Parts: sequence; C-alpha cells; structure tokens
Amino acid sequence: MFEQFVDGIFWDIALIVFFVGIAWRLITVLLLRNKRIDYSEPRNSGFSGAIMANVRGFYPRKEVSSRIRLQVIAGYMFHLGLFVLLFFAAPHVKFIAQHITGFSYITIPYWGFIVASQFAFAGLILLWVHRVLNPVTRLISKRSDHIATILVFVVMLTGCMALGEASSELRVLHRFSVELLMIYFPFSALMHAFMFIPSRAFTGAFLGRRGVKV
Amino acid sequence: MSTPLERGVDMLKSQVDTRVESYFSSCTHCGVCAEACLFYTETHDPRYTPIYKTEPLRKVWQQNFTLWGKLSSSLGLSKPITENDLSDWETLVYDGCSMCSRCTMVCPVGIDIAYLIRKVKEGMAAAGFVPEGLQGASQRALEFGSPMGLTSKGLLAAVEKQKKEHGLDIPVDVEGAEYLCMLSSNEVVLYTEFLTAISKIFSAAGITWTVSSKYFEATNTGVQMGNSVIAAQLLERLVEVATELKIKTVISPECGHAYTTFRWDGANILGRELPFNVVHIMELLDQLREEGKLKTTGSFDERLTYHDPCNISRRGGVLEQPRNLLNQVAPNFVEMNENMEMNWCCGGGGGVSSNERAEPLRLKVFNVKKRQLDELDVTTMVTSCSNCRLMLEEGLEENEMDMEVIGITELIADHLA
Repeated sequence: MFEQFVDGIFWDIALIVFFVGIAWRLITVLLLRNKRIDYSEPRNSGFSGAIMANVRGFYPRKEVSSRIRLQVIAGYMFHLGLFVLLFFAAPHVKFIAQHITGFSYITIPYWGFIVASQFAFAGLILLWVHRVLNPVTRLISKRSDHIATILVFVVMLTGCMALGEASSELRVLHRFSVELLMIYFPFSALMHAFMFIPSRAFTGAFLGRRGVKV
Repeated sequence: MSTPLERGVDMLKSQVDTRVESYFSSCTHCGVCAEACLFYTETHDPRYTPIYKTEPLRKVWQQNFTLWGKLSSSLGLSKPITENDLSDWETLVYDGCSMCSRCTMVCPVGIDIAYLIRKVKEGMAAAGFVPEGLQGASQRALEFGSPMGLTSKGLLAAVEKQKKEHGLDIPVDVEGAEYLCMLSSNEVVLYTEFLTAISKIFSAAGITWTVSSKYFEATNTGVQMGNSVIAAQLLERLVEVATELKIKTVISPECGHAYTTFRWDGANILGRELPFNVVHIMELLDQLREEGKLKTTGSFDERLTYHDPCNISRRGGVLEQPRNLLNQVAPNFVEMNENMEMNWCCGGGGGVSSNERAEPLRLKVFNVKKRQLDELDVTTMVTSCSNCRLMLEEGLEENEMDMEVIGITELIADHLA
C-alpha cells in the first residue's frame, strides 16, 4: 500500500511540485518582479560582467581564502560528492534511463560510489557542524537551513542503505525521502542550486557596467 | 494615517525587486561575507555580519513574497517586524556598515549586500530610525545647500581667498563652460588646496570650467541616509544649475559617494538619463595626461601609498587612473597588500562619518588600515576622496602614527610643468 503510494501518486505529486515550483520561482525572479531600467551610461558590458561573475564565483578570492578554508573545502566535497552520486550512481542512472531519458550512460563503480558518498557525507556534516558551532553562522542560520540539511542527510543515508537493493522497504524509504525533499526544494534555501546563477549575474552585470573587475 | 513602523514596513515592501528576490533566494547563510567586513574582523561581533544587517528586508521579503512566509504569517506563526527590531538594526546599518561593499566581492552566490543595505536604509529612514547626525546633515543640505550648513557666501569667500592668497581666478557661474566642477564642503572649508590645485591644473591644460554659486555641493545626504526623496531633491538642484549653465560635463571632486551618486545612481534615482556626462576628477586628470595637456616635472620622492576610496574604486570603476597619475610623479609609490577592488575601507563611508555616535566604532575598525600601513613603512598616504582623507587623518592621529595624507590632485598640481 505504502509502496504503491510512494511509487505512484506521491511520486507524481513530488515531480509536479518540484518542476512547477522551480519554474515558478525562476519566472517570478526573472520576469514578474519589478525590474528597473538602468539609466546610467555603461562603461563596459554588463553581459560579460554577468558571465564573468558566474565563473568567478566558483573559486574564493585570495584576500579571504585562508579565513574560509573549511567552508570552501567542505562545500566542494559535499556538492561534488552529491553530484556524482545523483547522476552517476548505477541505480540512479537506471532510474533516469527508465523514467526520463530513455537511454543509459556511464556509471561509477561500487568503489566510486563509496568514495563519492564519503565525500558528500563528510562535507555535509562539516558544513552543518560549522553552521552550529561558528558564532556567525549560528546567528544567521534559519530553520530552513537546518531542515534542508536534515532532509539531504536522510536522503543520502537511506540511499546508501538501499544501495545493495537487499530489501524493497529500504528502496521505498529512500524514494519517499527523495519525494519529501523534492516537495520542500522549491520553497526553501535549497533553491540556491538555481538562484545563484541570476544572483551572480545581476551583481556581475552591475559591476561590469561600472568597469569593476568581477 | 499610518504609523512610522507601518511606513517603514511599506517602504521595505516596495524595495523588493528582482535582485532582492534572487539574492535572498540564493543566500545559504554561509557567513563568508563576515570575513570581508572590517566591522566584523575588527570586533568579532557576529551581529556585524553583512547579511545579518539586511535582516529587516529579508524578513519583509520572506513574510510577504514567499509561499511559506505568507502561510506562516497568516497562521500567526511568524513574528512581524517591530519598532524594537528597527531600533536595533539602526545601529547595525548606520554605525556598523560603511557600505564599502567588500562583502559583495566575496559572496559565493554573488549577493550585492551593499545594494540590500541601501534598501534597508530606505525602510529605516521612512520609519524615522536615522541617526541624529545624518538627519541634521540632511536638513542643512536641504535648507542651506550643504550638509555642513555652508552657503554660497562661504563658497564665494573661498573663491576670493584663492585670489588673494594665490592670485588664482576661480570661474563662477560661467555659462557654456566645458566643465562644471562640484565641490564637497570639506574642499571649501578644510582642504582648500583642492581648489587651488584644480585651478592651476585646468588653467595649464587650457580647459574652460566653472563652479556654481547657486549649488556647489557634491555630497548627497539623501543617499547616505537612504532617503531617495531627499536624494532626488538634491540631484535636481545639480541638474537645474548644469542645465542653466549649459554644461556638457560635470566633474565629481575628490569625494567617493558623490561620484557614484552622480555617475551611476543619480540617473536611476531621478528615473531618467542625466543631461550631462559625469567624470571623476581622477578620470579627467588622467584623460588630460593622455592627451598631453597635463605635463608634470620633478618627482615626489617620499615613500607613499594610495588608499582606494570604496565608492571610486570598487563601486565606481576608477581604478587605473589614480595609479597612472601617481606613477607619473611618485617613483616610490607602493601598493597596500589588499588594494583596488579589494581595498579596505577607511571606516567612514556610507554616512558613518556624519554619525557622531559611530565614532568609537569607526576608530576601532581603523585597525585594519593601521595594519596595512604598518606593513609598508610609508611616510605619506594619498587618496582621491576628501571624506576618506578626513577619516584617515583621524585614524592616524588616534593611533599616533606620523604620516601625511594628501589628495592626488594637489600632488599633481605641485608638480605641474
């Protein structure tokens, strides 16, 4: 009964909420909210500033890099580990081929899964410990940051538990946690996965017009 | 009749635009911005974390523009903004932020935090939570034309003094001049050597210029306090005199926020293109140098460094010009370890210098500049903003550092061929 619910109607609901929610948030930001024309005469191209800012944002400035080493290293460990797991773990590739693309592609070997998951877990835990212990992040963190961390952690944990496909219950549990995450995603801090692009672009264009190196 | 709090909240709501939405939606609360902020690095008080200073605007956005926020507000699960909140944040945004925007440069998701702080200030100003010093400066600017209360009589007296002491004729209200030079009150009463310098340089370069007796003030207190209505009123005065005098180009003097206001923000505050071009004095001098109209002789041999004013470099894009000019006359010019778009602020931008209450904090955060200077062993510091110059002088005095601070324009004028 629960398995049918998770594999059926709840999956459909999660999928719709996920895609419609993300589309709605992006459309709201890019098209609906009041935008202002910039009447000042540009010195340089805002477009190239927007592109540069999106590239530049992937590595820290040397002026602060030694002070934010933990966030940078843990952040990359988590995001890269999760990316590899999400798109190249064999069960995920099989699922994507069956439900989305219709074709399969390269998968990581079992040891690759272990390494990627270790990276992702270590990164996520380090980031969360830093969030809780550091006075700055403790002050500025919101409830949604903690909920998002817990949800992602549960998804990864149930995913590892279900890896051997030893029991259907574990697979259903993993899929259920993924569906909860998908429903939560568009309305939470997790949207930074998409929103960082316009955010960097707006600031890059702003500075680029003024001739400031991004 | 709405209460001040309601006016503040309504103003904050009206500030939410596409950039605000994308910025708050992408913030992961990583705290990296704190490490770029001198108010945090020098105090270690987490409340000075730049993104935390935008909390009133974030709260208004979250409660009024997001699904969960609207839902929890309607169910009474989230606390609305109170007067106490705004009162607490007044000191954070006016005393503990110079809007230097160094935080903007390091944010991993590209949030322009200075842009958000500017919007928070609009809400604070609408609710009446503005430091007395800034309120007074704004009233004087509207009433007399300058935040120091200096009138056109004061300007004309300074012009007369230039004639008596240096034999220089400062052109006043000359219709059809190529350039209209705006001045900050600092340059009329405190650093009068700026007037002497531009007069000598422009005369040598053979350009026509003027100052306006009707409205000469470059400082815009409306921008500093975050009141676009006052900012627009002051800008309209500039447009009026520039139009009357048929000016093609307005010169922003050695004043940081005046430059960003005239050159970048002014047209947007007024909602239309300005009927003239704007150049910073550094841009103009460098242009004259390139054209061969600004020739120098001799050199300033002291070991010196350049302080980048945030509004001119990081927010204004005038980065190479002052260095080109310095390299022409100062062979012993050395850079600070963090410079150009990653310079450290003097601590007095964004209206902090007009806010007496903030003085102890401002002098405390000057420590970062002191450390930079201690590394260099220089005897002289040059800058291109009179407000920075004043803040630097006070910081040096507070720390008993024997160092001279001068403006680039006067340094160039002292070496005219």
